[in-house]
Amino acid sequence: MSPGQSGLVDEDALVALSCRGLVKRYGDVLAVDGLDLEIRRGECFGLLGPNGAGKTTTIEILEGLLAADAGDVQVLGMRWDHDAARLRQRLGIQLQETQLNEKLSVEEILRLFRSFYAHGPTVDALIGSVGLDTKRTAWYSKLSGGQKQRLALACALVGQPELLFLDEPSTGLDPQSRRQIWELLRGFKQEGKTILLTTHYMDEAQVLCDRVAIVDRGKVIAQGTPLELIASLGAEHVVSFALREDVAVPTEARLLELPGVRRASVQPGAGTMIVSHLHEALPALLRIVEGPDAFTLLTTHSATLEDVFVSLTGRQLREE
Amino acid sequence: MHPLWQLTLARFREFLREPEAVFWVFAFPVLLTCALGLAFRSQGRPDVIVGVMSGAAAAGIEQVLTKEAGVRVRTLDRAGADEALRHGAIHVLVIPGNPVTYELDPSRPESRVGRYVADERIQAAAGRQPSVPVADRLVSVPGSRYIDWVVPGLLGMNIMGTGMWSIGFSVVQARGRKLLKRLMATPMRRTHYLLAQMLARLIFLVLEVSALLVFARVLFGIPINGSWFTLAGFCLLGAVTFSGLGLLVASRAKTVEGVSGLVNLVMVPMWIFSGVFFASENFPDAMQPIISLLPLTALNQALRGVMIDGAGISALASQGGILFTWLLVSFTAALKLFRWR
Repeated sequence: MSPGQSGLVDEDALVALSCRGLVKRYGDVLAVDGLDLEIRRGECFGLLGPNGAGKTTTIEILEGLLAADAGDVQVLGMRWDHDAARLRQRLGIQLQETQLNEKLSVEEILRLFRSFYAHGPTVDALIGSVGLDTKRTAWYSKLSGGQKQRLALACALVGQPELLFLDEPSTGLDPQSRRQIWELLRGFKQEGKTILLTTHYMDEAQVLCDRVAIVDRGKVIAQGTPLELIASLGAEHVVSFALREDVAVPTEARLLELPGVRRASVQPGAGTMIVSHLHEALPALLRIVEGPDAFTLLTTHSATLEDVFVSLTGRQLREE
Repeated sequence: MHPLWQLTLARFREFLREPEAVFWVFAFPVLLTCALGLAFRSQGRPDVIVGVMSGAAAAGIEQVLTKEAGVRVRTLDRAGADEALRHGAIHVLVIPGNPVTYELDPSRPESRVGRYVADERIQAAAGRQPSVPVADRLVSVPGSRYIDWVVPGLLGMNIMGTGMWSIGFSVVQARGRKLLKRLMATPMRRTHYLLAQMLARLIFLVLEVSALLVFARVLFGIPINGSWFTLAGFCLLGAVTFSGLGLLVASRAKTVEGVSGLVNLVMVPMWIFSGVFFASENFPDAMQPIISLLPLTALNQALRGVMIDGAGISALASQGGILFTWLLVSFTAALKLFRWR
């Protein structure tokens, strides 16, 4: 993708959001370092990157909540400095961590948010669409994490937005609640609406996003559909292994000579290979490592966005 | 419904669902009035408490002192008398003998009164005649008691406290929880948010002022000699002024602890200097010009003016002017400094 090559005006009907040369500094720290994006109408676009990559700063600039030090932002063909009031009516925003009013009920909070927007579904319809019917009169403080997150999503959908911003929509939720959120977002997508979300979960990006930009240190380091990005590894399988302490790990060069191996990296006592033909690479690996019980770990999986990130940066998405 | 009403309603509900806040705004001032009213109910004629050193002559002195009402006597030995004097359990100690000796702490007004009352009775019993004829006329009308004086002060203190706490807390809490930022991401108008805080505040004001005044009237017969309209006007002006100060202290703080410190920094000096429990005239003359410019001083003077002296608006114009100036300054500064995230 190369946004900005062609005139933006011609593409207004197709482009929901674009930004060019975005820069944001906090003191000496460069949080966003010349970032470009172009998001088409009707797609779900993901900003994928580790914590501290600049995702939240970027999305808050695009949401008009933070001012950039440099760069140009257009949302739905409008700009924040001229059209803020009109834009706000057409956007739905979910911040990373907002606690709503503890002692107001689900229904009362949604009525409050609904009153800010000229158009939108009824409060009853919203409560139904996020599955909170049984919690209608419960105070916010009494909701579970997943229910709070679904209410936050309902607050973002309350004005029938054309473009939905979601900052880490499923962080900190249990697997079942995450899946509920994903279902809701899929439904929103099917109505032809545009979504921009940030996440540090590669599975979330893979499940929800039509296109993904991998962000690291305030820059986009790769961009494309999840399948394109995975294909850029040149192979579909990842083999990880660890060896007993007294067994020598083969060198990277040695691993690369094995049939079907595209990339390889070794650490003390362990190694990782990205391979195109598992049925050739795996027996070959077993042959060059001495002894049948030399392995303390041997796993294979299909390549994911996580592997793309690791191969681009040498680091894990989630530093745990 | 209009967003302004929704925001006001939300604020109102949040307040009513906070039992502690309801206690401090409504129940506490009433309880305080009750306590002060009981403590000072017989203020026109408090008993003098005289200690008499035990010994052979003690019984005679005791009989002389208690011949009429108004003096209570305790017979004590030396150690007991020292302790009772220290604690204020007796106002003065009489040691029979020649001469009769009075022991007292002259810095305590009630001790000096006690000395003269005891002396008068002892001298009269010994046959002294007054050299000039005198007569007392005792006056005790509603409006001159301590409770009449303190209730307007409590009202002023309450208007200040609830104004600053309710605005300060709710705004800072919303900022700390990032609720302010979330609201900024909607088309909500900022002026609606701030106006809703004020509107909700004014609803509480009507409730809390009526609760306190009705209670004070029924239980202690506190008079309101001026017009209700003027009184309501000053309550309103005071409430809006202190909401402005509340907004100012809350304009930057991110934590409830931070804003609590600031609120106390503003309020505690005024509790002391602005004549809530005792007259601000007790402080040195050099401080008076500054004290009279404090918003709570102006509010208390205005409330006492209306309730006790029956003063009209024209007599209280300078107090009104002081409050209005504080209102303008604090709002202007608060809106300039206010941080929405």
